[in-house]
Formats: sequence, C-alpha cells, structure tokens
Amino acid sequence: MITDVEPIITARFDQPDAHTIDGYERTGGYQALRQVLASWSPARVAEEIKDASLLGRGGAGFPAGVKWGFCPPGVWPRYLVVNGDESEPGTYKDRLLLERDPHQLIEGVLIASYAVGAAQAFIYIRGEMALAQERMAQALNDAYARGYIGKNILGSAFSIDVVMAWGAGAYIVGEETALIESLEGNRGMPRLKPPFFPAAKGLYMQPTIVNNVETLSNVPWIVRHGAAKFTALGAEASKGTRVFAVSGHVNKPGVYEVEFGVTTFRDIIMDPAYAGGIRDGNQLKCFIPGGASAPWFFEEHLDLPLEKGTVDRAGSMLGSGAIVVMDHTTDAVKACMAVVRFFAHESCGKCTPCREGTTWLERILRRILDGYGRPSDLDLLMDVADNISPGIAWPPKQTTICPLGPSAVSPLSSALGRFRGEFEAYIARAEAARAEQPVVLAGAHAHAHDHGHDHDHDHDHGGHH
Amino acid sequence: MTDTSEAPPVDGVPVTIDGVEILAAKGELIIDAAERNGVYIPRFCYHPRMEPVGMCRMCIAEVDTGRGPALQPTCMLECTPGMVVHTDSEVTKKAQEGVLEFLLINHPLDCPVCDKGGECPLQDQAVSHGPGESRFVEEKRHKEKPIPVSDLVLLDRERCILCDRCTRFAKDVAGDPLIHFINRGNNTEVNTFPGEPFASYFSGNTVQICPVGALTSSDYRFKARPWDLEKTESTCTTCAVGCRVSIESSRNEVLRYQGVDIDPVNWGWLCDKGRYNLAALDSESRLRDPLVKGPGGAFEVARWSDALRAAANAIQAGLDAGGPGAVAFLGGARLTNESAYAFTKLAKGVIGTDHVDCQLADGMPAEAVLGLPKATIDDVCAPGGTVLLIGPDLKEELPVLFLRLRHAVLRDGVRLVQLTSVPNGCSSLASVVLQHRPGEAHEVVRALFADIPAGRDGGGVNPQALDQARALLRSAGDPTAILGRQSIAEGAEWVLDAATALLDAAPATRFLTAVRRGNTHGALDMGMAPGLLPGRATLAEGRDWFAPRWPTVPAAAGHDAVGILQAAAAGQIHTLVLLGADPLTDFPDRQLAARALSTVPNLVAVDLYITESVQHASVVLAAAGFGEIDGTTTNLEGRVSVLNQKVTPPGTARADWEIAAELALRLGSDLQVESVDDLRAEMAELAPSWAGVTDELLFSVDAADGVVLPLPTATATEPDAADADAAAAEGQSAAEGEAGESDADTPAATGPVRPGLVSFAGGEPLDPPALDAYSLRLIATRTLYDQGTFTQLTPSLAGLAPGTVLRVHAYDHDRLGVPSGTELRVKTPIGSVRAVVVTDPAVLRGTAVAVFNQPDVPLNELIDATQRVTDVRIEAGDR
Ligand SMILES: Cc1cc2nc3c(=O)[nH]c(=O)nc-3n(C[C@H](O)[C@H](O)[C@H](O)COP(=O)(O)O)c2cc1C
Ligand code: SF4
Ligand code: SF4
Ligand code: SF4
Ligand code: FES
Repeated sequence: MITDVEPIITARFDQPDAHTIDGYERTGGYQALRQVLASWSPARVAEEIKDASLLGRGGAGFPAGVKWGFCPPGVWPRYLVVNGDESEPGTYKDRLLLERDPHQLIEGVLIASYAVGAAQAFIYIRGEMALAQERMAQALNDAYARGYIGKNILGSAFSIDVVMAWGAGAYIVGEETALIESLEGNRGMPRLKPPFFPAAKGLYMQPTIVNNVETLSNVPWIVRHGAAKFTALGAEASKGTRVFAVSGHVNKPGVYEVEFGVTTFRDIIMDPAYAGGIRDGNQLKCFIPGGASAPWFFEEHLDLPLEKGTVDRAGSMLGSGAIVVMDHTTDAVKACMAVVRFFAHESCGKCTPCREGTTWLERILRRILDGYGRPSDLDLLMDVADNISPGIAWPPKQTTICPLGPSAVSPLSSALGRFRGEFEAYIARAEAARAEQPVVLAGAHAHAHDHGHDHDHDHDHGGHH
Repeated sequence: MTDTSEAPPVDGVPVTIDGVEILAAKGELIIDAAERNGVYIPRFCYHPRMEPVGMCRMCIAEVDTGRGPALQPTCMLECTPGMVVHTDSEVTKKAQEGVLEFLLINHPLDCPVCDKGGECPLQDQAVSHGPGESRFVEEKRHKEKPIPVSDLVLLDRERCILCDRCTRFAKDVAGDPLIHFINRGNNTEVNTFPGEPFASYFSGNTVQICPVGALTSSDYRFKARPWDLEKTESTCTTCAVGCRVSIESSRNEVLRYQGVDIDPVNWGWLCDKGRYNLAALDSESRLRDPLVKGPGGAFEVARWSDALRAAANAIQAGLDAGGPGAVAFLGGARLTNESAYAFTKLAKGVIGTDHVDCQLADGMPAEAVLGLPKATIDDVCAPGGTVLLIGPDLKEELPVLFLRLRHAVLRDGVRLVQLTSVPNGCSSLASVVLQHRPGEAHEVVRALFADIPAGRDGGGVNPQALDQARALLRSAGDPTAILGRQSIAEGAEWVLDAATALLDAAPATRFLTAVRRGNTHGALDMGMAPGLLPGRATLAEGRDWFAPRWPTVPAAAGHDAVGILQAAAAGQIHTLVLLGADPLTDFPDRQLAARALSTVPNLVAVDLYITESVQHASVVLAAAGFGEIDGTTTNLEGRVSVLNQKVTPPGTARADWEIAAELALRLGSDLQVESVDDLRAEMAELAPSWAGVTDELLFSVDAADGVVLPLPTATATEPDAADADAAAAEGQSAAEGEAGESDADTPAATGPVRPGLVSFAGGEPLDPPALDAYSLRLIATRTLYDQGTFTQLTPSLAGLAPGTVLRVHAYDHDRLGVPSGTELRVKTPIGSVRAVVVTDPAVLRGTAVAVFNQPDVPLNELIDATQRVTDVRIEAGDR
C-alpha cells in the first residue's frame, strides 16, 4: 500500500542548503536538542526512543531504545559510535543522509549520547565517501562554533566531543566490532560475541553504543513530535518510515523513504512514484530484498509488505534496506558469482571457514562459468556452504566469527535452489565439450597458470590503518 | 599448565561434556575443562599462555546453555553451570571436519620436507579429525617459499594457517609487534613491514608455538626429523632465570632446545640467546682435550694425567710459596651446584684458601643474594602487587623474567616503580620511573619513605615523580623488590645501601636478586665467595661444623674478585685458577685484570674455550658443558632444578667436579666423592641451606618445577639464631687456635650444630658520591647480545651485538661544541677509549650512557674497579 506520509529523515533532501548549519537551523534544526537539554532527563529520552520502537537500520533491526539500556550500570566512560561504513552492494542511503543532512545526524548523536551518558562520540564514515566526510567535517566544526557540541552545550551541564573517523575501504568494518577495532587503530577484524558485545565491552573495552546513520537520524524527529506520532506510522514491529535504496534493472533506481511496514515490494519496485518498474518492460526474475547478504525473493514475494517480521518469516530480511532487482535477462550463475565474489573479496581473513570457504565457493563458480564444471560441483558447493553455515537455514547458523561468511551462502542457496537448471546447463555444456575433445584440460589443470588467483584479480586494500 | 592430574576444585561449575558431568573450575574454558577430564578438543589458535582469539574455529563444538545447542568455539567460552557440550555429535564432527578441510585446501603437500612433519598439530589433527580426502581440485595458493623475517626465523607463508599465535605472541607476550597480518581474506598473510625485521629477543618462541611448519629456525632447518629426536628435560643456564628446557638431540648431537612450560618460572618461553646458543657448545673452538703450555709458549694437547699433574703442581707451587693465601679461584657461575661444591671443597677444604669468588665484581655481594628476605618470581608477579625495580634492564639481562613482569603489569595489575639512571626496556611498564644520578639509588629509596634531608636532593629525581611514587607506595601493601646492578661502572655498595634503606623503611619487603650469570646463586650457595662455606653459612659460623668434616677450613676470610686481582697484580697470589672466568673481558677493570694475569706466576684454567684470559694460562683443563653432564642448578630465586645429560662431552673433556676431585687427589687429599649423587648427598648433609634436599625429593613429580631453598621444613627445624651465633662464636675461637689442624673425628652427638643461614646485616648509610662538575658520570649498561663467549661462538647470534655509542644530554653535548654523532676521546684517570658521542634527551644531565662489552668501545678500559663511580671526560679537541 502506498501512503502519502510526510518524509521524516529525507525531508530536507530537496533543500539545497540543508547541509549547512544555517539551512538546518532554519528548518527546525537543533530544536530537539534544545528541548532535551532544557527539560528532559536522559532516562526520559531513552524512554521516548524505546516507546517509538525505533528499529536499528544498519541490518539487524534491533530496537535502538532497548540497546541503549544495555550499558552495564555504573561503568564509565561510555562511548557512542555512529556506523557510517555503508558498503553493502546496492546500499547508499546513509551516504545521502550524511551528504545532504549531516546536522540531522549530529543532533541525533548528541541526543543519543545524552541519553546513554556517552563521554565522546565517533562518527565513522566509509573511506570512499569523500563528499560525506567533507560535509560532516564542516558540519561538526559549525556545530562546535555555535555551541551545540563541546563543553556545557547550550548552557547545560552536558558536555561531549564528537569526532569523525574514516575507514580505508573494507566492507567488514561495517560490522560493529570490526569498526571498533578500526577506530582503535587496529586491523578491521570482528571480535567475538560473546564476550565482546559492544554495549558491555566495546571501544577500549568500555560500554559502547553502535548505531547506524539512519537510525540516529530519526531521533530528532521523534523527540520533537513524540513517540506516539512515530508509532502511528508503520505496522506491526516496523514503525515510522524507512529509507530503501532500490537498484538493479528498474527504471528509476533511487533512495525512497516510505512508510515502514505497509508499503509492499511491488509498490516500491513497480510504482511510478518510486522505482517505476522493470527496465525495458522486462519480466522480474528475482530481487534481493535487503542487501547482498539477504536470501533472494521472487515474483511470489512481491506483495509482501516491507515489514521486518513478515520478511523474516518469509525467509529473508530487510537488512540494510537495499533492494536489488534482476530481470529475466539475468544469468543466475553470474549473478550468484558476483555476490559470492564480493563476500570472498571482503572477507577479513580472520576465521578459517570464511577465509578459505568463501574463496573456494568463488573458485568453483568461476570454474563452472569458465566451462570446467563437473556434475559433482553442485553438491560440493552446497556442502562447502554447509561447512560455513551449517544447515543452510534462515536465520543462518555459522561456523564463522561474524555473519559475513554465511552471507556468501545466501546468494548461492537462493540461486541454486531456484535456478539449478542454469547451473546444470553450464556443466552440461562443459561435459559436452569434454566429450568432443577428450584431452581437454580438467579444471585443476586449466588453472595451473593462474597460481590460485582470481581471474580478475583485485588489489586488496588490506584492513584498516 | 600441563598438569592434568590436578584434582578438580571442590566448589566447581558442573557441566556435562559428552554425557559425563564434570566439575569445571570457575572461569575455566570449556577446552581446558574438557582436556582435564580426558576429552581432547582439537585446536590450532588456542594457546594456554595467551589470550584466546577463537580464530581457527577448529575447536568449535555444540554447546547448549539452555537455549538449544549452538556451535561455539570452546576456547573462548567459559564453563557456566548446567552447560551441555557435545564434542562428538554429528554436527560438531561435521563442523570440525569442515574446518580441517578448509585449512588443508591451500596447505602445500610439504610434509616430507617440512621440519614440523612428525610433530605437526595440523598433520595429527588431519588424521584424527579430518575429512580423509580432498575435494579441492583448484590450484593451491602460491607464495615465495621461506622468506627470512629476522636473522633467526624464516617464514613459509604457504604453510601458514593464520592462527595468530606468532603475531599474538609478538604483540601481547613479547611486546614486539613486528609481525602482522597483512592483506585480507584469502590473501591474508603474516609478514613484517618492509625494513623492519622481526628483531625480537623472543622470536624463537614463535617457531616453537607455530602449529605448522610455517616458522622455522634458521639454525635447525632440515637438521632432523622429530621421530629421530631424543629429548630430556633440563634448565637453561645461560642466565639466572633458569628457564626449563627440553634438550633435543640426535646421534649424540644437540639439535635444539624447546621451552618447557613450568608455572613458577618460564611458562614455556625462552629467550633467543638461551634457545640458540647451543651452537657454541658444538663450536670449532670448543676444547676437546686438556692443554699444557710447552716450552715455546704454545699450547700443546696433553694427556689428562699430565695436565692434572701440571695443574696440581701449579697449585702446590703456590702453596709452597705463600701458603693457602697464595692460591685463589675466580669464577664458577658456569658450574653445576655439585661441581661448585666440589671446587669449594677443593679450594677451601683441601687447599685452605678463602680467596674464592664466583663473580667478577659485576654481580651482587653474596650477603645480599643469600641473606636478604627472599621473593620468588611468582611473589614478584603476584596480581595486584607493587614492585620496586632497582637494578638492570631485565629485558637485556634476564629476558624471560622481563616477560613474566610484563605479563604481571599488563594483565595482573602489578604496579612497577622503577629506580634507574637511564630509562630502559622496562620503563614503559613502570607506573613511575625515578631517574636518578648514578650511584644514588640509596638516596632515592630513602627519599621514598622520608623527607629529603637539607642539602640533598634525593638522587636528583623529579619531585613530581617522587610524589607519585610515594603515593603509590603508601596505597600499596608490602612491596617486593628486584634488586641488582644497573651499571657496571658503579660499585655494588650503593645497591646494598638501597636494600638497607628499604628494609629500614619497609621491613616486610622481600627481594629477588637480579644476578645475571647462570648459576651464580648456586655457586654462592656452595660457598664460592670469600667468607662463606657451603649452604649459606658464613665462614665464622660454619667453621666448627665443617672443620671436623673437611680436611681443613680457611683461617680467615679472603678476597673478593677485586681483591684477588689486586693481590695477584701485587705479586701476592702465586697461583690463580680460573673456573670458566674471563676477567680480561668480563671484569669491569681490564687494566687490573691484565696486570694480575701477567703477574701471577701460575695460571690454571678450567674452561670450554680458550678465551682471551685463558690464553695466559699454563694449563687448561677441558670441561664438559651444558647438556653433557648431570647435576643441578640454582636460579636467581634460589630454585634448585635438575640438569640432565643428553650427549657426551667432546673429546676427552670432563665434568668439572671430576677435575676438582682429581686435583684434590694429586694434592694428597681425597674429596671422597665418586659421583654427582655422592656430592649431592654430602651437600644435603653438610650444607645448611640444602638440608632435606634428597634425590628422592629432587627427582619426584612434586619437584618437577624445582625446589626453592631452603625447604620450609628445613628452616623450621633449624636452631634458632641465638644458639647458632653462640655455637659459631665458640667454634670460631677454637678454630682460630688451631687453624688447619682440626682433627677430623666424627663429631660427637654434642658436637657443633649446623650453622644458621647467612642474613643480610646492612651497613651504615652511605653519603652520595661526590660530584665533579667537569665530568660526566658513566652508566655502563648491558645488552642481551654482547662480546660474551657463548654469543660470539654462536654464528646466528654473534652479529647481533649492537655495538655502542656514548649517549649524553644535549646540555652537556653543547659544551663539546661538535655535532652529535662525532667520534671523540673519552677519558678517565686510568684509561681512554674512542666513542661516537650522541645526544639523547632521555639521558640525565651530568651522565653518560654506554653499553658494556660491545665491539669497538672497550668500556673496561675506563672503569677503575676500586672506585665506587666512574667519571669520564670527553675531549672534543682531540678528534
Ligand atoms: C558484515 C557486516 C557488515 C555490516 N555493515 C554495516 C554497515 O555498513 N552499516 C551499518 O550501519 N551496519 C552494518 N552492520 C551491522 C552492524 O554490525 C550493527 O549491527 C549496526 O551498525 C547497529 O546499528 P543499528 O542498531 O542502528 O542498526 C554490518 C554487519 C555485518 C555482520
Ligand atoms: S566471518 Fe569472514 S569477515 Fe567475519 S570474522 Fe570470519 S573471516 Fe572475518
Ligand atoms: S606462521 Fe605459524 S604461528 Fe604464525 S599465524 Fe601462521 S601458522 Fe600461526
Ligand atoms: S631467560 Fe635466561 S634462562 Fe631463560 S632462556 Fe633466556 S638465557 Fe636461558
Ligand atoms: S582453538 Fe578455538 S578457535 Fe582456534
């Protein structure tokens, strides 16, 4: 269902100077902060956000207000970290929020820090987002200059420093514990949970709240309009609005803020107000509903609402809010390969099943695509996948440290589950070619020259500074 | 750590592992609790002495904490009540097989040519927990075969399974984060940064803990297959820490040492000097036979009977010329306890001289080592404690003690207050560094506990740092102290006075004395210092006890090393016996040593090599070395542990104690010992501090970590001090009356009692040494690698001696009027050397710092052993 709710966090996207402090102040900016510092206790803020049931927008969809309550009492200092590493293919909502409305995020950060008692906040921005970094740096400087950040903010007893940090181009640093490692100056590799739940043992082993850019960008609005207004929007567990980035074979790729929980996939993919349907009048083949790590959806899922619980129950997730649409011209094996390859490339290398397993999957797929597949490869793919994510179930189990490894299994199980015939066709062609030309090299032999590297080998950036 | 027989703690955590309920200790990891109960969970990255990281995933098993079984790394998870663990379920087995297959797909098929083959956890666990066949048909990852990451260690990145053990060790344990993971994902590898080799004193440990053959030692590569190795446990005697090692040999050749994990000492770690200097024992320069100087002045190989006769004649000549006082013994810290006892008995009990010193004025006086209230390494490192470090850079001199202290400070909340004249490798661990003028540690100690008297300045320490240290000490319980010599350019009396001051102010303080050479403590225990008899008895108190049991006992206390060399230089010593001592290199004052060696008419050496000093000897008796003889050694704590023979000595070289016994025979006396066991029996019977140390105890499982002397039961039954004093006083007058003629009758039941143990008496407070405004006070420190014989005869280590410059404060340097880095003449009243002089902001004004025993800058030309401090002048005019 398409509703005509006013946008909450993209409201200023059309305002050319929204990223400046004047532009922000002119449109109600920093009023929520004033209101909070003038008359709200930290507990009241936390309560309001909890009542709003604001789900995290970074991927896992955990309620922000509940998370804020997880800091062990009496342990100081605490930190707040904004996750702006957004690197999942197809996801580009946080970048726009950072570029077009940085003060909205800063205001959210200040209010959240006040609520959780953070002594310092860090805004971590993906390395490649140059404009976002520039604008955020300017915005922070301006906010300091006008007394919104720093000592005794707006004459209150509340003081905090907010600093910006940036990554060096690793997707894994979006995972919150890897992000914390990177912030500490280490290689961006995830920590184990347990025991390293950030809220208990995070940055410098202190309680740390990590929230996504979009999550915190909602906070000023909720404070100003009240939780009730927020929860009046949306359905079931999914309240307020949510920003989706639609890409792929659609007519109008873009970022769309829609009412959460009620708008359907069909609405957002097909409606002229949004992505405007499949390109060239083609047929839909499949779509990824929530970022590259989500299992794929098909035609029959189009009428599901963009609602967390509903999508979870249907066997996938809304994840990072990236909807990637593939039309009927798409080669499922190649598409699968592209996504698997992404995860293999982005594996941090810390744990064995992901480091070795994802690359192995990629190499088998590469072999199939190159015409050296064997019938046994399909079972092998699934068994290797099973050793990364036992049972290949949803939600996934893992032999790995973080969910990145299992993320490579989603596209594989989706593609192989639905389009097995396409894989078999590749293999059959290979078999036929071998039959014609019995001396044709077996896969292993054929690869002897490439010394185990990818065909299109990418240069690694290593981890983080 | 290796103790699996330990009884489960009574109030444990009940968990079920594979259907069997067990009691885990509070906070115990599943992997450990399971192993303690006979269930071995496979692993690669987990190492019990390092923080778990849960990276390899080999140890994952289904764990149910009430929310259904889930795969969890058992090396990361602590046992919680009611937890149910399945290490043998289908899900667990499949996951583990999967991990193993993943580890093997890119692992080269190197086993037949890999050093690790045969003792390789990957090989072993592939058999026990692996999939059996490979489904990987692609080409394996290829990397350039071994690349050197340091002078000692090579890395084969193809074999590496990225377990993070070496990198974690380097960063967390050693504090030398020089090897890292680089790149990511499938291209992740261990490597160094360009131009920054893995130059760590502890690098060899990474080779030992690498679970595959990725890291290899340059000196061991391709030398042996593990199944050919024979092993025996022993204790490293390269320094006084006394790390437990396994000596591993093949065909009568020692091929490597591996660290053995014992709780109270080394936790399995070794330093590279201790680990790799085995090459010195096998060196070309090793003496295989005794030598006697021929008429032409050249050494000639001699038969033992001739060499021993010549040596005995030399001693007899000394006796004839000037009585027992004309014979002296220097050295002995290289000996086993048994050999030290044998030589003490020869020197003091047969010859009757007390001119015996196992140290070369570079160590700590015996009364401090033996007499101060003692702390063990564990006492010093006890969680939450406060430690005063008044001594050398442990990282350079006692490396594995540094590792223990580092762990204590970084992980166990130990706070360190460091008193030093120049910041060093331990300073980053210290809560407070009190940088003081050389020779004024005692002033600082007094200032810590009382107001600084008018006209003094507490050794010149920064007042804020002093306040901080005072506050820290006030808030702390009884401190422990690590006490030693930080500079060989100053005397030991300041250190003794610091101990006196500390005991005055904080009487409950206990001390770990930082002696450096391997068995210094054992040699002192055996009486190898003037005024001492075996078992920590003073000559005065012990005379009565030993007189009836030994052929003779020295009439009066003799000289220490300085006194011996002075007397020798003055022509008063006729025969000097060097027991592994090289005074020309190791004694602080080379000129005195040279005068002594050229003056003394008879010089006898017992050694493994012809060192510079040994060249002056007329007879050289070839001694057996480490791993070639049985015995015991005593580390700096006073911990006695067993040394085992693994190979036979080269040529006809003999155990030192045998040499002592043979010399005694030729001097007309019989030590009455046929074996090491006889010696130990006699030590246990006669030496008070050895009371109760039976072979039964020493070789028991309970004593696997060694025994710290004196045994608690032995001290409990000791006569109280007053009695002992009285007995000693009586004995003394009696002995003085008939020196040398005491009858050897078995003492009657009412005879002299066992003497008490020497205790530290302290002395009058010392004034600070006078300052000379025109000079800089020299601080002569040490580095792990130097010109020492063992290092220089180990090819892989010899080149690591870093050399030295003279570091001074910019203020002092400015007065020289030359740029930093200029080579200048450095002088003292007795000598001069040329050294490159550089400015260093870490150096205190008025001081100059250089490293002792390094190539090119012989500091022992500058130091006058009779002076308490060394003041140098730098001459800028004469370049
Ligand atoms: C492999 C991986 C990548 C992730 N990348 C991002 C990211 O780019 N941005 C983000 O906000 N969260 C990302 N997350 C989720 C974070 O770990 C974390 O859950 C989130 O930042 C919490 O914020 P929220 O509660 O506001 O959603 C990622 C998680 C994983 C496992
Ligand atoms: S699953 Fe992959 S990304 Fe996550 S910790 Fe393991 S190797 Fe790194
Ligand atoms: S070199 Fe050895 S110890 Fe280091 S990470 Fe590789 S396998 Fe582990
Ligand atoms: S610290 Fe000392 S005892 Fe230990 S290995 Fe090194 S030299 Fe040997
Ligand atoms: S041993 Fe537990 S994960 Fe490596």
